Amino acid sequence: MALTAIFFYLFAVLALASAATVIVAKNPVHAVLFLILTFFNAAGLFILLNAEFLAMLLIIVYVGAVAVLFLFVVMMLDVDFAELRAGFIKNAPVGLLVGGVVLAELVALLAARGIGPVASTLVAQPIPQDLSNTEALGRILYTKYIYFFQGAGLVLLVAMIGAIVLTLRHKEGVKRQSIADQVARGPATAVKMVKVASGGSAIPDSKSDH
Amino acid sequence: MSSETITMLWDYAIWLAIAVGLSLLVIVGLLVCIAFLLLMDRKVWAAVQMRRGPNVVGPFGLFQSFADLLKFVFKEAVIPAGADKGVFLLAPLATATCALAAWAVIPMNQNSWGTWVISDLNVGILYLLAISSLGVYGVIMGGWASNSKYPFMGALRSAAQMISYEVSLGFVIITVLLIVGSLNLTTVVTSQTTGIGTSLGLPASALDWYWLPLLPMFVVFFISSLAETNRPPFDLVEAESELVAGFMVEYSSTPYLLFMLGEYVAITTMCALATILFLGGWLPPLDIWPLNMVPGIFWFAAKVVFMFFMFAMAKAMVPRYRYDQLMRLGWKVFLPLSLAMVVVVAGVLQFLRSA
Repeated sequence: MALTAIFFYLFAVLALASAATVIVAKNPVHAVLFLILTFFNAAGLFILLNAEFLAMLLIIVYVGAVAVLFLFVVMMLDVDFAELRAGFIKNAPVGLLVGGVVLAELVALLAARGIGPVASTLVAQPIPQDLSNTEALGRILYTKYIYFFQGAGLVLLVAMIGAIVLTLRHKEGVKRQSIADQVARGPATAVKMVKVASGGSAIPDSKSDH
Repeated sequence: MSSETITMLWDYAIWLAIAVGLSLLVIVGLLVCIAFLLLMDRKVWAAVQMRRGPNVVGPFGLFQSFADLLKFVFKEAVIPAGADKGVFLLAPLATATCALAAWAVIPMNQNSWGTWVISDLNVGILYLLAISSLGVYGVIMGGWASNSKYPFMGALRSAAQMISYEVSLGFVIITVLLIVGSLNLTTVVTSQTTGIGTSLGLPASALDWYWLPLLPMFVVFFISSLAETNRPPFDLVEAESELVAGFMVEYSSTPYLLFMLGEYVAITTMCALATILFLGGWLPPLDIWPLNMVPGIFWFAAKVVFMFFMFAMAKAMVPRYRYDQLMRLGWKVFLPLSLAMVVVVAGVLQFLRSA
């Protein structure tokens, strides 16, 4: 138990510290790298909760794919941060106001509704003894809530089609490789047999000079 | 301190010592193997091109890799003036560390002592997938931190390439997992003792392993792992005719050595993964007397070396892909094929189970 506590504080402190660094880092690429460190520490916390499947998924999906694309985009941007920071003082009151309103709403919500009576019992809900964590998640997701799961999948599918429709355009005059055309091209269309007379030319229409 | 606390600390100390000792054993053993695999790579490549390959240092050039190691370590590490120093040095470290960390879950043998693995994780295969997807960070960070054109282009290429092929790699792994019904790598190997071979009257033979029922997926896995580890014919990340040496242009000395090391460890990991998923891990090819007396670790090593030989032959024989062809292969051929195969395998399993 002592070991678990040590690791909890290690991961928690590192997660908070790197999350704070994401905001204050001057270089956007450094900010993304610290974001990745935050994901890692969150995965560590999941492992301490015995949710190793979620931990691995967090790393595969967020660190392995989402953050790579993020880094990809941030690296290509040429952002002048001195310019961005110039308006910081001017815009700070508006930002503080919006942040304050959101915070007040959250506090008001929590004060009015409180934490649901069922929620506190769910926090420490143990997974069934005879199942591994992965199987238990699978039962809930694919058996109990299968229609919700498929509904979420449909929403994602629509979003994906939307993204493709928005970005797909066929430019005129761009040469593309068509492998089917290349394979279909046989000697009949690609090769022309010419009978060349002695001293003549292989080019059919040209007249001999001499 | 009470005696209970001391006993607890003592337990932790023993546990820590065992974990560190096992990890050191695996890392040192792995690095020595890598040194000779690297030599084998160069020898195979040379043999295909009718050259002798490294043959000066030691008998048959056996100590060539160690000579190279010393050469790299004793050179001066140059950091370009415009480079982001921290990220520049972090990149090769990240590559090498992630590559070595993957070996924590790879089971190499099973006998009366138990399974030969540092950590027999329940989600071992997901861990491997996660760690192998981190390999791309070393490349991107190195390319960006060098603050130079060619490395940056290499990094951009690799980011797209490694993500593309991870998708089909993941689906191939899912087809195996559907048959096994577990994410544990030891279970994946032990479940290959029964299968097609058993029903043909050759129990616990090479015909039981998953390469036979999942042959198309084995091919897709092999090609995807070539792309995932940036090996030729998919080494567009460091295509020397276009990008000089890609993301590694600005690296020298030990940082470069760490990149090379990470790359070869990642290749060996992929070979080990192919061995576990499709070639029956440490199981002997036939369950008869002289073969099943050989220790399992030997079969495991032999299969990994065989897979590595295939990697080396691909490097020697196949010309490099063009970038758009690489993307076409990944997204338009392998992704639909592996996705269809997941559906087919799931359907067949459902049919067999209900029958």
